[in-house]
Amino acid sequence: MNIHEYQGKALLKANGVPVLEGVHCMTVEDALAAYDQLGSKVVAVKSQIHAGGRGKGTLYHPESRAHVMDGGVKIAFSRDEVNTYATNILGNVLVTIQTGDEGKIVNNLYVEAGCDIAHEYYLAILVDRENKSVLIMASTEGGMDIEHVAETTPEKIHKISVDPNAGLLGYQKRDLALALGLTGAAHKSFGKALSSMYSMFVASDCAMLEINPLVKTADEQIVALDAKVSFDENAEFRHKSWDELRDLSEEEDVEIRAKETGLSYVKLDGNIGCLVNGAGLAMATMDVIKLYGGEPANFLDVGGGANEEQVKTAFSIILEDPNVKGILVNIFGGIMRCDIIARGVIAATEALDLDVPLVVRLAGTNVDEGKAILAASDLNIHPADDLAEGAQRIVELIGGAA
Amino acid sequence: MAIWIEEDAKVLVQGITGKQGQFHADKMVEYGTQIVGGCTPGKGGQSVDLQGKAFPVWDSMFEAIEATDADATVIYVPPPFAAEAIMEAADAFDSIKGEGVVVCITEGIPTLDMVKAVAFVENRPGVRLIGPNCPGIITPGDGGGAKIGIMPGHIHAKGRIGIVSKSGTLTYEAVAQTMSIDEGQSTCVGIGGDPVNGTGFIECLAAFEADEQTQAIVMIGEIGGNAEQEAAAWAAENVTKPIVGFVAGATAPPGKRMGHAGAIISGGKGTAEEKFAAFEAAGIACAKDPSELGSVLLESLKKAGLR
Repeated sequence: MNIHEYQGKALLKANGVPVLEGVHCMTVEDALAAYDQLGSKVVAVKSQIHAGGRGKGTLYHPESRAHVMDGGVKIAFSRDEVNTYATNILGNVLVTIQTGDEGKIVNNLYVEAGCDIAHEYYLAILVDRENKSVLIMASTEGGMDIEHVAETTPEKIHKISVDPNAGLLGYQKRDLALALGLTGAAHKSFGKALSSMYSMFVASDCAMLEINPLVKTADEQIVALDAKVSFDENAEFRHKSWDELRDLSEEEDVEIRAKETGLSYVKLDGNIGCLVNGAGLAMATMDVIKLYGGEPANFLDVGGGANEEQVKTAFSIILEDPNVKGILVNIFGGIMRCDIIARGVIAATEALDLDVPLVVRLAGTNVDEGKAILAASDLNIHPADDLAEGAQRIVELIGGAA
Repeated sequence: MAIWIEEDAKVLVQGITGKQGQFHADKMVEYGTQIVGGCTPGKGGQSVDLQGKAFPVWDSMFEAIEATDADATVIYVPPPFAAEAIMEAADAFDSIKGEGVVVCITEGIPTLDMVKAVAFVENRPGVRLIGPNCPGIITPGDGGGAKIGIMPGHIHAKGRIGIVSKSGTLTYEAVAQTMSIDEGQSTCVGIGGDPVNGTGFIECLAAFEADEQTQAIVMIGEIGGNAEQEAAAWAAENVTKPIVGFVAGATAPPGKRMGHAGAIISGGKGTAEEKFAAFEAAGIACAKDPSELGSVLLESLKKAGLR
C-alpha cells in the first residue's frame, strides 16, 4: 500500500526525522493560504500522486488532453507563481515515466517551504529478499534515478544489512555517514535521522521508505526533501490508522472490490478473461494464453477454498471489463472440489446470462463428477483436458490469435 | 530415502483445534500421515477427532514434542500469531531434539515478522523451516506416506522425481505431469510465494542431488526476486541430475503484485524472461507451458539414459 508524499512526511516528522514545513492543499485557495502561512520566499508546489518521476512529468487537461504545463513539481518565487502552478496542477492529469500514458488526475498538492541545499543524497530502507533482512541503501548521488546510478556507478551506492537480532548499530550509522563524506554536525544529524527512519520502518511495517533526495542544508542539517513510503499490506491488521491514509482514487475500484470478497484480481489489457485457483497457476494460465496467440484480460486467483458465491463474483468482475470476448476457467482441485466449481460455473453463467464463449478445464479432486455436471448442462461450455488445450480452444473461439 | 521427511515421520499440527487445522489434519490422517497430536495454547488436555480417532492436544510445543518425539510440525495458525508459532516450534525442536522440520502453511504473515522468525530459525541449525505461504511437503509412500500440508494426496505416487516450487496449484500441475509419463515423486516441496521464507531452491536442489531415490528434478519458479537465477547458477556447478524448469508470470505487468506477496517485478528486475534465460544458461530443460512439463521431463530422462 502506497501513501502520498505529504502523508509520508507527516509520519517522518512524527518519528523525529527533520522535514521542511509544508501544507497539504486540495484547492488553489488552500495553496495561496499555505504560501502566506509558510512565510518562505521560495516554496515548492508539488503534485501528489502515487508515482515517481513527478518533476519531469507533464500535465494535460483531463478531457481535451491539451498540454497544460511541463513539470509536476515547481519552485515558486512569488504568490502569483503559486497561483499559476496550483491552477495548472489541480484537476489535471500528470503523466510521468511511471504512470503510463493515461497518467493520473492530481487531486492533492503539497506546498512546502524552501531551504538552502548544500548537497543531495539518496537513502532507502527496504527488505532485502536475498539476505532476508532489512537493507539500508545510501548514495552521494541524490535526486537522480537510483537504478541508473546502480548501473553506471555501482561503487557510489553504499549498503548496510541490519541483523534482525541486533537492530541498527552505532558503527553501521557511522560507517554509512563516513561513506557519504559527512563530517561534523552533518554526520551527527545524519546518524540521528537514520535511527529515526529505521525505527519508523520497523514500527510502521514499511515495505519501502525512500528519501530522494535527502539533503544536507547550508547549516549542516540533514532534511528529508522527498518521501516515498509504502506499507506491507500483510501487516494491515495491526495498523488501524492505514484506513485514513489510503487514497482509494489511486487504486483500481474493481481490484478493491475483488479483494474484499477474498479474490486476487489484476486488470490487464487483453480480451481473454481468466478464472484460476492459485497465484502461480493463474500466472501460468495467462502465459499460456499468450503463448497460443491470445491476450489475457486479467489475473484472477479465486484462492484455495472458494465457494459457489465467490465463483459467481469472480465471473461478474471479469465481465465488467468490456474488452472480455471469452473466458478460460482453469481449476486444479486440491482442497477445492471440481464438482463444486462446476456447479458454481453453471450457476454463474445462468445468473449472469453469459454471452461470451467459455472454456473450462478441470483437474484434480472429483474431476470426473465435475466434468459430468458440465456435460449434463445444456449451456454452451467447452471442456478442455489440459491448460494448453484450454488456451488453444478459447483463442480459437474468440476468432483466432490477436 | 526421500528428503527431510520420511514416509513414517511423526507430525504435530499447530492450530489443530481451528477450522483449517482440523480440516487438514483429518486429510493428512486419511492419507496415512502419522499425526501424533497437536498444539493450541489454552486447549491443552483436550482431544481432536480425526478420521474417527482421538488425537491429543497440548498447550505448548515443548510439551508436545516431549510427549511424542515428533519429527515435524505443520502450522495452520492465523497470520498475527504465525511467526511466533514458528519460533516456538523451532525453539522446542532445537532444545529437545536438536532437529526438526517446521512447515508453515499460513498466508499473509507480515514480512518483518518473517525476517525475525527466519533469523531465529537460522540460529538453530538443526531446524528446517518450509514456507510460509506454501502447500507444504509430501513424501509419497508405498501405501500412504507423509503428507504435511494442504496438497491433494491422491494425485501423488512414490517415485524418483523430486519437485520444488514456489506455487501451490502449479506444483499439483507438475505432479500430474510426472504421473502422465508414469513417473512418481520422491518428495515434493512447496517453498512458498512470500518475499522472505525459510528453505529455498538451492537447499532443495542440494538435498535432491544427495538423495538416492531422486533421479531427476522439476523446479518451478515465478516472477519476483532472484532466487531462481541463483539456484540455476548453483545447479550448473553442483547438480548432476537432470532438471526441468518452468517460470510463471511471463505476461505479468511490472510493479503489480500477482497474488503472492513476493510475485512482483520491481525496478524491471525479477522477470520471467530473466529467469528462463538463467535456467537455459544452466542447462535446465525448460517448458514454456506447464502442460509440457511431462514431455520435457521424459525427453530429459531419455537423454540421461533413465528411460
